[in-house]
Amino acid sequence: MAILTGRPGPGTSPPPADLSSTGRFGDRVFHGLSTGSGIVVIGLVTAVGAFLLAQALPALVRNDANFLTDRVWQVDGDPLRFGIPDLLWVTVISSLVAMVIALPVAIGVALYLTEYAPPRLARPFAYLVDLLAAVPSIVYGLWGATIIITYVAPVQTFLGSVLGWIPLFSTENAITGTIFLASIVLAVMILPIITAISREVFAQTPLTHKEGALALGATRWEMIRTTVLPFGTPGTISAAMLGLGRALGETIAVSLIMGTTNGAFSWSLFSGGETFASRIANNAQEFDTPTKAGAFIAAGLVLFVLTFVVNAMARVVIERRKAFAE
Amino acid sequence: MTATVSSPPLHAPGVPELSRRRRTRDVLATVMVHVAFAIAMVPLVWILYSVLGHGWHLLLDSTWWTNSQRNINPERAGGGVYHAIFGTLAQALICAVIAVPLAVFTAIYLVEYGTGRLARAVSFTVDILTGIPSIVAGLFIYALWVTTFGLQRVGLAASLSLVLLMVPVVVRSTEEMLKLVPNELREASYALGVPKWKTISRIVLPTALGGIVTGVMLGLARVMGETAPLLILGPYASSINTDLFNGNMATLPTMIRENFGLPDQPAIDRMWASALTLIVLVLLLNIAGRVVARFSGVKK
Repeated sequence: MAILTGRPGPGTSPPPADLSSTGRFGDRVFHGLSTGSGIVVIGLVTAVGAFLLAQALPALVRNDANFLTDRVWQVDGDPLRFGIPDLLWVTVISSLVAMVIALPVAIGVALYLTEYAPPRLARPFAYLVDLLAAVPSIVYGLWGATIIITYVAPVQTFLGSVLGWIPLFSTENAITGTIFLASIVLAVMILPIITAISREVFAQTPLTHKEGALALGATRWEMIRTTVLPFGTPGTISAAMLGLGRALGETIAVSLIMGTTNGAFSWSLFSGGETFASRIANNAQEFDTPTKAGAFIAAGLVLFVLTFVVNAMARVVIERRKAFAE
Repeated sequence: MTATVSSPPLHAPGVPELSRRRRTRDVLATVMVHVAFAIAMVPLVWILYSVLGHGWHLLLDSTWWTNSQRNINPERAGGGVYHAIFGTLAQALICAVIAVPLAVFTAIYLVEYGTGRLARAVSFTVDILTGIPSIVAGLFIYALWVTTFGLQRVGLAASLSLVLLMVPVVVRSTEEMLKLVPNELREASYALGVPKWKTISRIVLPTALGGIVTGVMLGLARVMGETAPLLILGPYASSINTDLFNGNMATLPTMIRENFGLPDQPAIDRMWASALTLIVLVLLLNIAGRVVARFSGVKK
């Protein structure tokens, strides 16, 4: 199979020349177009990094504050003063909480679709979960900011009264559009992503493993716990990280939901704030000078690097599993 | 499809009965996964219900589909969404015209030509592109289009930023489809002396066409709902603008954003109605894509 597609499998040495290609004009054009497109894609990603870096640098050079540690954001006027620690905190904590909420549900849904649902209904049900991914994020934003906000408020009050002594749940500066609310909506948004990938890896569990477990007298849950879950763990980890990457970069839903705190910083989930993405979006209309835009581009660059690292790690996990499975 | 393994009979003759602890855990797990699925369905139903409930009545008005919001302020009811639908469709179309050939040829490269390090690099960058936040795509085009070239924030710039988001979706789905094309077809073609490029364009691509169309539709559905890059590159306009190279151009997402947070009831109605219009558009594309996938393409 590997030889026929012209794509050598692992371990085989590549053929000296592509035998199916005749070197005609059409072949050369087609080969050129395909390879060229691949190179353009590489070029695009490189250009994203390069352009963001090039335009962030002048602003970073003129930045009077420490970019990594100072909690200020003054980008009007000449001595720019801007730093990202509060953006980083809100971005990371809102995404992490979203992942913590979404992961158990997603695993449950994936198990339901692969192991429990009636076979006839598994596909349409899976499609329904996928539809969650099709809902535009601005609609999630509307839903979060105007509908579920009233239902989440009592939950926050309750959590605050029970766990308020932990800084993460302190209700001292509580406002309505909280990080917590944003996390819940983000959890719904990344649920279909985590579910889809987990479902795929759970479905690949070798049938012989499952039958073996059942033959030894395992209940259905024991069979899942001893065969499906261990087999699917690396895939689920990478699914969770891809979901995390999506949550880190989510813009408009967070921007509509989260109230801004006007500089008052709090460690609490029940306060507001801005993520990298929502700060850029909230100020997008005011990019008037290159240096001012540069400050926001610097924030965008950090976001790009953050999602790059998270996604790359997810890919590494899944690639290693693939190598193991083959 | 996975073969579902049915649960063993809980009590067979001669086999000691399950301990209460094991049975409780089994039942508990069964209940939990059902609950998880129910939890996942709640937001879907809830979102569709609230958008439909708040937005449907404006959609029944014929002016909604034929008028723009020109000369209509937030306190006044009336006007339509024509300008925003036009903008969304026009930008998505231009985006597709650029993204689809690029993505399909990249997929052809990955499946039919690519070997070694370059192919791995291309595949890796497609993965990275999949994970790029849409706001970063918007910032990149801003850095290129506005800061470097000194151009205005026009519809075309918004389209370009959407290209970055559409390419990975189409590459991945096309790649999957091309891999499903049986090698026997390629062999038969080569055996008849057909050159490789003709084999790909006349045999492989037509066989995979259904799947490619599905990928394009899903990609379009994704970019039509994108808001973040439009906030940077596509300022809202309340009148019809058919020129992608000049002036502000409205889109459905920016129209929703424009009407968000206003206290006036007509604006709130318009916000929900445009959200409903967007959802209908996206879901129709999505469902159409799945239907195409179902009735054409490569069968496993």
